[in-house]
Amino acid sequence: MALVVNEEQILLQDTARDFLATRAPVQALRELRDTRDALGYSVDLWQSMAELGWASIILPEAYGGLNFGFTGLGLVLEETGRTLTASPLFSTAVVGASLILLGGSNAQKEALLPDLAAGKLTLALALEESHHHKPTNISTRAVAQGKDYLISGRKTFVLDGHSADKLCVVARTGGESDDSPQGISLFLVDRTATGITVQRTLLADNRNSANIEFNNVLVTSDDIIGEFDSAWPILEAVLDRARIAISAEMMGCALEAFERTTEYLKERVQFDVHIGSFQALQHRAAHMQSEIELCRSVLLQALSTVDDAPEQLPLIASLAKAKMNELVKLVTNEAVQMHGGMGVTDELDIGFFLKRARVSMQIYGDTGYHMDRYASLCGY
Amino acid sequence: MENLDQFRLATRAWLEEHCPPSQRQPMTPDQQYWGGRGVDFPSDDARLWFERMRDRGWIVPEWPREFGGGGNSTREGKIIKEEMKRINARNPIVSIGIWMLGPALLEYGSQAQKQQHIRAIINGDIRWCQGYSEPGSGSDLASVQMKAEDMGDHYLVNGSKIWTTSADKADWIFCLVRTDPKVKKQLGISFLLIDMDTPGIRVTPISLISGDSEFCQTFFDNVKVPKNNLVGELNSGWSIAKALLVHERKLMAEMGSDTPRAVVAPNVAAREYLEFADGKIADPWLRAELTDYDMNMHAIGLTHFRTFEEHQAGVQSAAPLVMKYVGTEAEKVKSELLLAIMGTQGLGWEGEGFSDEELDTLRLWAMSKAMTIAGGTSEIQLNVIAKNVLGLPQS
Repeated sequence: MALVVNEEQILLQDTARDFLATRAPVQALRELRDTRDALGYSVDLWQSMAELGWASIILPEAYGGLNFGFTGLGLVLEETGRTLTASPLFSTAVVGASLILLGGSNAQKEALLPDLAAGKLTLALALEESHHHKPTNISTRAVAQGKDYLISGRKTFVLDGHSADKLCVVARTGGESDDSPQGISLFLVDRTATGITVQRTLLADNRNSANIEFNNVLVTSDDIIGEFDSAWPILEAVLDRARIAISAEMMGCALEAFERTTEYLKERVQFDVHIGSFQALQHRAAHMQSEIELCRSVLLQALSTVDDAPEQLPLIASLAKAKMNELVKLVTNEAVQMHGGMGVTDELDIGFFLKRARVSMQIYGDTGYHMDRYASLCGY
Repeated sequence: MENLDQFRLATRAWLEEHCPPSQRQPMTPDQQYWGGRGVDFPSDDARLWFERMRDRGWIVPEWPREFGGGGNSTREGKIIKEEMKRINARNPIVSIGIWMLGPALLEYGSQAQKQQHIRAIINGDIRWCQGYSEPGSGSDLASVQMKAEDMGDHYLVNGSKIWTTSADKADWIFCLVRTDPKVKKQLGISFLLIDMDTPGIRVTPISLISGDSEFCQTFFDNVKVPKNNLVGELNSGWSIAKALLVHERKLMAEMGSDTPRAVVAPNVAAREYLEFADGKIADPWLRAELTDYDMNMHAIGLTHFRTFEEHQAGVQSAAPLVMKYVGTEAEKVKSELLLAIMGTQGLGWEGEGFSDEELDTLRLWAMSKAMTIAGGTSEIQLNVIAKNVLGLPQS
């Protein structure tokens, strides 16, 4: 029954919805924006989220985790998508936790996961080097110096890169060219280490990302995550989990924008009738509902595939991300249009959904990237 | 559960023993058995297979035993279907009576009507057709004009029906007729069964953009119909029709994605007709169109699974209501894509120079245009979603 959520999961989602509605509504993001908050999220909020167990939903109990499965994490992310909540949840509890869980040694797991579960350790993946997602195209280098390594290079679009305690750097240690899945290694390094320069970037969605420069940053072999020179399989698996998780957040973003819009269609009166009675708008809304239903099935299947059939992840992850990219683009554009003049004002929250949608569409692969990958996996 | 597992094993064993090998091959249209007065089976094996299934009650397992059904539960019925599918067993009969009329008669019909018609449907003695649409009625189904006047001992029927599929081969027709012209249009409609042999009925076939078709127009000129052929209460035919429509849309949604077709899948055709470079389709536009189609079908397939799982779990969602729309629209996309992949080889109408598959592809492309019109247009489906799922105000 992978395509129907169970009672426990519904309870978790309901709890998340109630919590976020009071503690982190869209207004909270608006305040972070208007006050130009230096951190970009509320530490108190993140502590409360960790106390609810959200930082550790997918972690085994041995490391202080809930061991609740990826679908549970997806449902919580969907709710954070509805409220556009800024927090380390995605970078730390999805990407960081998965990196250490799938690639870390036992010593690394014991050292890092309990702190991560308690909300005391935040992580960020320093991967992208250009304005498009190309995960095998890595020219940041880690050069051996005795037993240690020196990392040099530039990273961009590092989510939570300005605030995370540790960065996981994707670096080239071999391979025939700079665009190759061979010769890729992962290193964990403190954000404040010597040689690291962090430039926080302000994006359309007012969430958190950074450009980061590494200039002969010293790391040791203890800092390597996964196999030296052969970290690609781990990285790809982590990215597929991340793509599915961000798809869940995007579903929440799309649903909230859509529901606010259909409510508006029922309230707004023009020419003495509710505009929702116009067939031109009804058909566009009904079409969106159809797309939502298809995406819902894909998302549920993708979430359960993480736990039940990880070998099938690449195809379903690319399907989910590509479909959700197009859904969230369609729905947020229509949401603005159907709200008319109010839709383009900053006073209305709809614009926040539009902007978050555009940023999330670029996270770990746009539609073109995932259509190409899906086609290649299908053999054409 | 254990009983169902045993039932599955017993079903599997019985089918293995009794389904002739020839009846486990994909069917061409001329190998389908539709039943009807004096109609012969397409082959001896088809007869044998039909008779074995009939005697076991498995023509329609879920229908009551007293009318020739199997008296099986819904879950048992599903197991029988799954096990038939497992060995690619053909449907022993293709029947509008089973798909459409039977369920309505079992719910709304009198005991006498059930006695008269249900077993005849199961036995393949009578072939049925449907008379809903009328010339000019289009999507506004309730605008039924064909009138049935109460003449004391019978109804006198005058008017015509269109899109009466295979009316030229059918023995009986179930019709929506106007029995009260004075009230709101939905309230003056009745559901009437008419023997096609009755004097005054004339049938003419309709040619479509795809060529010859099974569709007909059927004319009724002073046709006398016995009063006991009325199903349900007088003037309550609209609720029966609506129940049947829901059923029809479900069938069409399933046909839109499940039914094995004569034409190839687009990603298979791509290998035959398109150039590849470095393992990828060289034409970037066709590659993108094909990917988009495959991804959409993947999502539709998962949604079919989801509706099934939700049904099993007793969970309600909007998914079933969108499937007719998305399924039939996807079917049109598929046909356009196949034509684009085949290029000029996909344009052949008939004759030399084209394979059967290529000719079928073009005809099915033309036919696919009807899928988003028949059974409620896509626009009507969107109206239904807007009203029933989104609760948008009605004008």
